[in-house]
Amino acid sequence: MRKCKTDALDAVFAEIAKSSLLYIPTDTEKGAEYKKWSDGMKMSNALNTVRSPKDFFFPQTEDLMEFKVNGKEIEVIDTRSEKEDFVVFGVRACDVKSFEILDRVFLIDPCDSYYANRREHSTIVSVACTRPVETCFCQTFGIDAAAPEGDVSCWKTDSEVYFKANTPKGEALLAKLEGITVDADDKDVTAQQEKTREIMKKLPLAELSADKFGAGKTEEFFNAPEWDELSESCLGCGTCTFVCPTCQCYDIKDYNTGHGVIRFRCWDSCMYSDFTKMAHGNPRLTQKERFRQRFMHKLVYYPSNNDGLFSCVGCGRCLAKCPISMNIVKVMKTIGKSE
Amino acid sequence: MQKVTSELLVKKASELLENGTVTRVLGWKKGEFSYDLTPAVFESGEELIKDFVFSDFSGANFSKYLIKETKKADGKVLVFLKPCDSYSFNQLLTEHRFDREKVYAIGIPCEGMADVDKIKKNVGDGIIDIISDGDRIVVKTLYDGDKEIAADDVKAERCIVCKSKKCVAYDELLGDNGEVIDSERFDEVEKLEKMTDDERFAFWQNELSRCIRCNACRDVCPACTCEKCVFDNPKSGVENKAISDSFEEKMFHIIRAFHVAGRCTDCGECSRVCPQGIPLHLLNRKFIKDINEFYGEYQAGAEIGSRAPLVNYTLDDIEPVDAVKKGEADNA
Repeated sequence: MRKCKTDALDAVFAEIAKSSLLYIPTDTEKGAEYKKWSDGMKMSNALNTVRSPKDFFFPQTEDLMEFKVNGKEIEVIDTRSEKEDFVVFGVRACDVKSFEILDRVFLIDPCDSYYANRREHSTIVSVACTRPVETCFCQTFGIDAAAPEGDVSCWKTDSEVYFKANTPKGEALLAKLEGITVDADDKDVTAQQEKTREIMKKLPLAELSADKFGAGKTEEFFNAPEWDELSESCLGCGTCTFVCPTCQCYDIKDYNTGHGVIRFRCWDSCMYSDFTKMAHGNPRLTQKERFRQRFMHKLVYYPSNNDGLFSCVGCGRCLAKCPISMNIVKVMKTIGKSE
Repeated sequence: MQKVTSELLVKKASELLENGTVTRVLGWKKGEFSYDLTPAVFESGEELIKDFVFSDFSGANFSKYLIKETKKADGKVLVFLKPCDSYSFNQLLTEHRFDREKVYAIGIPCEGMADVDKIKKNVGDGIIDIISDGDRIVVKTLYDGDKEIAADDVKAERCIVCKSKKCVAYDELLGDNGEVIDSERFDEVEKLEKMTDDERFAFWQNELSRCIRCNACRDVCPACTCEKCVFDNPKSGVENKAISDSFEEKMFHIIRAFHVAGRCTDCGECSRVCPQGIPLHLLNRKFIKDINEFYGEYQAGAEIGSRAPLVNYTLDDIEPVDAVKKGEADNA
């Protein structure tokens, strides 16, 4: 483990930025946002950035390829370019976990080369939480806010910042910081972790359990009567899916440029009326089916396909942002209640 | 703090359910915390007693839900209308969007709603409970104990510049009806008008570039009630869900603002729900202000069936060229 003084963090950022792009969460008038680091930029202490860091690997929109039409000739242009190396510094434990969930979708065969390109060029530096809030429930999904994963894990105490490399990429990054950091024991980190874990136990959602959900529970929950009341006032907007760090559905569309076509993909939402629309129509006729899909996917279908791993990380963004304050916590507590 | 209590509304609703006047009640349902109420349909007195809440966080406007709710079943549905909700209610009736006969409306006074984001900004994170006590709010926090703040300091922006305390539609009114307020709601618009074209463009560029096209503003908007929105129609050619170029988001919001011009009651739901904190209501307010200045004071939803200026040609209407001149003069 290595450490540096808190006020040396600027030097750490400057050192990292010498060899790669660096993004850190920084406070804006509208909440914390990841921004490209520039000299003097301060790292936010916010738990959630307004937009999740999935943007780094799965941007809201990206061009896939281009077709240029010239008479009877159609030229197909690969719009991909090799990504530059980049570092994302200050990712919380919940959001780091979301990358694993996305990886299992995009990196399985056939591998999504657009996504893989970005993942390969990234180094993730996580930061441990010390002040979780009422909307946090990462522990429900076995995530330890005090021990975040990532290529490098980092802990900020009042006066110092501790670093631990978890991967070869992380070791390479810490090697660059050798001039700024010194060797450290883990005494202060362990003390901070114990304190945070005690706070986690007292959070309002500390008792929330996902035990009744998981792989193979489709039959049990699909026809639960509670879906009606839960989805009753859902507006059918895409807020929950777009602020979610693990929602990964997209649409592929063609944009007519007048002399060709740009084929792009963009985030899509299972909450939308044209999601899953096909030649015969839409099998999900009402908002209830669309609403159910989102939560069944997080709590049952994804675990069924991914060794029991849930595809919610308990970051709490949907709790804060849903226009009608309906969310996965309320769903988990309500569904199956009448059984 | 609200002058009418949850208890009073529950009592009223239970009576109406019991005597058969209504079969369902639209209301705010208790959440996990004090501030996350969800619009819900209640069907019994027990359900109401258990979960119905009217508080400083009952911001959701139910008028639009009446379209779906009145089609769902026979019998009347009870809806509680805060003054600003009642304007949306009237506007929807003007547009024949639901059957008035299937609704029993109770007008309720509103002291203004709180903005939980403002509370978080004021007292910090980790809110365990929020208790309203007159003009003070006590916030129980995870880290800093109890914190007391003035209710006015955490009032929602739309309530600070509340346009009316008057319920304009109801079958029954609880408490005394308020008055239309000469509010300062156009001050922010005036600030934008005073900017140069470039400054104003930069302002909206900055705001709208954060849009994630979740459509929450449209989906919550009581003026957006098309059966199929043009942006959801694959045949329209404009239904792209994402930014194909940087102008796309501006197009979406500007087109929407034009579409609801003259019909928007300024309820402020669009800005309340925006996950990106974009002040969308300012676009609509600009239209309202212009309509007031060009055609005389007009408030959408103030009465049922009124001919709105934009759909009611008169010989006195301002000539387009004069409107342009006025715009140029404002900018000069």
